[in-house]
Amino acid sequence: MINTLLSGDRPNSRMLALLLIAIGLCLAFAPFLFPGTKPLDTAARICIFIVLVASYDLLLGYTGIVSFAHTMFFGIGAYGVALALGSLGASFLAILVGVLAGTALSCALALAIGLFSLRVKAIFFAMVTLAVASAFAVLVSQLSSITGGEDGLTYRIPRELTPAFRLTDLRIFDVRIDGRLLAYYLIFFSALVLFLVMLRIVNSPFGTTLKAVRDNAFRAEAIGYRVVRYRTTATVLSAAMASLAGALLAIWIRYTGPATTLSMEIMIDILLMVVIGGMGTMYGAVIGASLFILAQTYLQSLMASAETATRGLPLLPDLVAPERWLLWLGTLFILSVYFFPDGIVGRLRNRG
Amino acid sequence: MREPPVLETEDLTIRFGGHVAVDAVSCAFDRGTLTAIVGPNGAGKTTYFNLVSGQLKASAGTVRLNGEDITRLGVADRCDRGIGRAFQLTNLFPSLSVRENVRLVVQSRAHRGFDLFSRAASHVELIERAEHVLAEVRLADKRDVTVSALPHGDQRKLEVALMIALGAQVMMFDEPTAGMSVDEVPVILDLIRELKADKDRTILLVEHKMDVIRTLADRIVVLHNGALVADGEPGEVMRSAIVQEAYLGKAPDTATTDAAAATETAHG
Repeated sequence: MINTLLSGDRPNSRMLALLLIAIGLCLAFAPFLFPGTKPLDTAARICIFIVLVASYDLLLGYTGIVSFAHTMFFGIGAYGVALALGSLGASFLAILVGVLAGTALSCALALAIGLFSLRVKAIFFAMVTLAVASAFAVLVSQLSSITGGEDGLTYRIPRELTPAFRLTDLRIFDVRIDGRLLAYYLIFFSALVLFLVMLRIVNSPFGTTLKAVRDNAFRAEAIGYRVVRYRTTATVLSAAMASLAGALLAIWIRYTGPATTLSMEIMIDILLMVVIGGMGTMYGAVIGASLFILAQTYLQSLMASAETATRGLPLLPDLVAPERWLLWLGTLFILSVYFFPDGIVGRLRNRG
Repeated sequence: MREPPVLETEDLTIRFGGHVAVDAVSCAFDRGTLTAIVGPNGAGKTTYFNLVSGQLKASAGTVRLNGEDITRLGVADRCDRGIGRAFQLTNLFPSLSVRENVRLVVQSRAHRGFDLFSRAASHVELIERAEHVLAEVRLADKRDVTVSALPHGDQRKLEVALMIALGAQVMMFDEPTAGMSVDEVPVILDLIRELKADKDRTILLVEHKMDVIRTLADRIVVLHNGALVADGEPGEVMRSAIVQEAYLGKAPDTATTDAAAATETAHG
């Protein structure tokens, strides 16, 4: 059963298995284990980013394609839902329409980019995606009558997903069963299903062919695989998954703007999460996204308490002051890439 | 009545700028034969192979397979029609296991590459076929080794395994024994000999070792500066004065080792 769900792709390391189970349980019971708005928000973001990072790894780690347009597809998914909710009203039908339209647009764009530019060298493809993504970001910020420009869009989501909605007056472990909780589980289970689908894809005959294309495209062609078709299909699949992740984000934060979806910063974050977790391993996305977002969210408060604790000592309080958190985040990444060149998952697996 | 050739090239030419690398080569290959293609380095042997298997596109001339003009087809299309190509420099999937390399070829021939939602591990028949091929080339005990960690000799065996798995009608081997130790060479030659035993198959072989050619080839084609300069029975071609002097050294006996040694160093 579990083997089928994981598509036979076992963690192959006891440490990794324990880590994955721990992350899975924490996310599954987040509302009960960590009550409060901020922890739940962090958990939902982790779920969404696991999908986003895994979909990028499908491209980078499994197919060997470097793309900078991933946040564009993420954004298209988010804007699809945002625009649909804004114009059709707060209904589940609007969400469905938004998801379908966003995903379809992403697929069409990915197909066009793929067919036009996957024949050229990898570096040119990367450049093309960078150009298209930048153009798209400019377009979104200029079309402010539709997209809200730099301010973005706020909208209402179906009442069943808002804190005001009560499913029952019953409390479980002193937690109210409200719409926010339902929204969280919508995100969690969607992310879980999408992740398992991607895990299946990379372990399918198609997925193994992607690895062959990544390793040696020249030879893959010589044994009869049409490399451009495989690369294009991978690009389209990955774009669709990124769009779905974007739609989940739009539902969760009830706001869609360039800063939360389209920015280059998020693109870099995704790259870092893939590399830290381990390229070419779906589980790397789980580990990478969890660690990264936890660090991003809690490093500052951790440092604030460290500053208080070291008050009175020379220099140290200045070093751990919360406004220096980016310095420490950067240091952590350099160290992790230095000590785990194959990512955390690669490292854990190689240890046996 | 003579059977039409399986593979045929007519005035096949490719130019790189002003340099004519393959110069109007017309040659036909019959079913069930093994043809050795020889010539000094830079004669255009590998380029000729690339034109036939599609890695390079001809400037002029045609390539025909079973009468069909395939000159404009891409590599994968030619592969589907029955042209199998093994490479001179090891050209495998380095981060994958030995078995996965072979399984990918089997999967390609079964046309299962676009199967997105079944588990690769559930296609038992493909895996069994891969195992069968691995046993044939005596690599079964190394099935789980990552190819990049495989010794050179075993990588050459795997190269032949991929060709066996491909099961192509036309098989093109480009120096299959290059860089192998003396005691490993016979293994590869035995494998090619077994492939040759299948009378439906047409084999083209670029090889420098004259003893290899003498034992395997039905026919020798000599290329020089991109042009076909000699073509015929091995004994006859080897005896011909032009080949003796220009390509095989001076006397037939010393020629064998000298030519092989000279080309080996040039390639190393």
